[in-house]
Amino acid sequence: MTAIVLDQVDEKKRRFLIVATTAASAVAAGGVAVPFLGSWFPSARALAAGAPVEIDVSKIEAGQQITVEWRGKPVWVMRRTPEMLAQLAKNDALLADPGSASSKQPDYVKGPARSIKPEIFVAVGVCTHLGCSPTLKKEVGAASDMGADWPGGYYCPCHNSRFDLAARVFKGSPAPTNLEIPPHKYLSDARIVVGEDQKG
Amino acid sequence: MAVTNKPPVTGAGPLNGILTWFDQRFPLMVLWKSQLSEYYAPKNFNVWYFFGSLALLVLVIQIVSGIFLTMNYKPSAEHAFASVEYIMRDVPGGWIIRYIHSTGASAFFIVVYLHMARGLMYGSYRKPRELTWIFGVLIYLCLMAEAFFGYLLPWGQMSFWGAQVIINLFATIPVIGEDLSVWIRGDYNVSDATLNRFFALHVIAIPMALLGLVAAHLMALHETGSNNPDGIEINENLDPKTGTPVDGIPFHPYYTVKDMVGVAVFLIVFCAIVFFSPEVGGYFLEYNNFLPADPLTTPAHIAPVWYFTPFYAMLRAVPSFFNMQVWGVIVMGAAVMIFFVVPWLDRGRTKSIRYRGPIYRGFFAAFIVSFLILGYLGVEPTNVWGEFGKGIPVVGGDYIATWVARVLTVVYFAFFLLMPWYTARDKEKPVPQRLT
Repeated sequence: MTAIVLDQVDEKKRRFLIVATTAASAVAAGGVAVPFLGSWFPSARALAAGAPVEIDVSKIEAGQQITVEWRGKPVWVMRRTPEMLAQLAKNDALLADPGSASSKQPDYVKGPARSIKPEIFVAVGVCTHLGCSPTLKKEVGAASDMGADWPGGYYCPCHNSRFDLAARVFKGSPAPTNLEIPPHKYLSDARIVVGEDQKG
Repeated sequence: MAVTNKPPVTGAGPLNGILTWFDQRFPLMVLWKSQLSEYYAPKNFNVWYFFGSLALLVLVIQIVSGIFLTMNYKPSAEHAFASVEYIMRDVPGGWIIRYIHSTGASAFFIVVYLHMARGLMYGSYRKPRELTWIFGVLIYLCLMAEAFFGYLLPWGQMSFWGAQVIINLFATIPVIGEDLSVWIRGDYNVSDATLNRFFALHVIAIPMALLGLVAAHLMALHETGSNNPDGIEINENLDPKTGTPVDGIPFHPYYTVKDMVGVAVFLIVFCAIVFFSPEVGGYFLEYNNFLPADPLTTPAHIAPVWYFTPFYAMLRAVPSFFNMQVWGVIVMGAAVMIFFVVPWLDRGRTKSIRYRGPIYRGFFAAFIVSFLILGYLGVEPTNVWGEFGKGIPVVGGDYIATWVARVLTVVYFAFFLLMPWYTARDKEKPVPQRLT
């Protein structure tokens, strides 16, 4: 039998045990947190609802824009007129990122028109500033309510970001980049799919 | 025979017996004496000292009215808006319960802002009350979170787009921002998942944290004792006979009775708003929130509720640098977080504004004015004061209000960041020995 002598407590060993127990509990607590924090990610249902959307573009008239919902966000599909396309090339000097170098868009939508076919324009209608949905102001000049030198485009009412008709942001807007172009592809001349990439 | 050897409770008339029974099983009289009847508070509390107890009152109002709202509210994107309308039209007394809750939210911030202004004015954050102040700032943070989560619940247009804008603030953080905002929403957009989790946070998580922090705030306060408009420590001048502060009076009955007057005045104003003008011209309840949330249409003008607008005005005023817009978010966050370090920024020898010099008073006045004007600008669209002429250098063509907000943001931060410098140099007046 060994008697316990209180004034002979091994302080070093006791400190080691406290640190070791604390560390082990911290690891365990971190492990327990995983399912709880993980439950905040999109559920399987939300992921499924983010599936691609098919759109008939043949009914859209020149100069008309429709809005469809994809992943809960507005996606614009617009048929631009030749005048609108001609104007796009003239906007470069006013734009923050005319070549869309630092903006989000698939590789297959190069050029000032930012589209696969020049006339059909597809974009996510969510401002890159803080996520409001800009308004279409397609008229040119004073008729647009945007000032006499307005070349036609989009205007975000939340914080006054301005974009041209290829959703490229004008200098001096709070939005840092052009609007996002979603992945999309043509099934035929009349039908496009938003949410899937064009192959080749 | 008594359970313990405590003396029996006296002075409660017919209740003496039952209170003695409790006191022998629970620290009833110890708590009563230490927290109320023998808690000595300075005898010179003025009108500014009402707002602490009023904040406690509003907390109770919000918890009670909130519990009753959850009995008819449905936290789902499909039913939330309709269930709020159901509460307003069909539930007996539902309209008044909801208006009490919505008015209480704004009242909470009015009371807390005045309470914080009092703390700044009289140096209540100074040693030894730093921890009381820190618990208070944490309460303020919880309150902002509570208001933000609660505002999504009616699922109106402003609910939706306000949440959209605020959650997207997190998306501006480089690298992880995009994934972080999806994680907060639980979806690619503000949706049913977002509403449901905000409901859980609003009715369970934050209120529990809030109650814990309020308890900690009061415990820390009662450990050090209250500050007062003179900023003098009453515990340094004790009556040699009784050992109690010469300039102190027991909280109960003196301040409980005084606070009841404050409660009465507060409730008159509160009820007048609830009964006659619960929307307060769109400031307490925004008109766009009477339209159901529509993810495809942004309202023409988005502004948060008035209590967030000073910070929102700062956010809007900061331009993007290096193709990144995280700066505005950093400025806005810093504007709130800076309150935590105030106890260590102030190097003045006196606590109260009564004995501070002209420099501190000037900075304090400029801070209050900038906070109020920023609050106004945050409600209005940025073009409220028009644009500068195109020919003017630097500011030409920009909105006037944006530049005013920039200047005021600098003033706001100058009050804090220059504090170590100007409080140490200020010409302060001598502090009296006794309360005045």
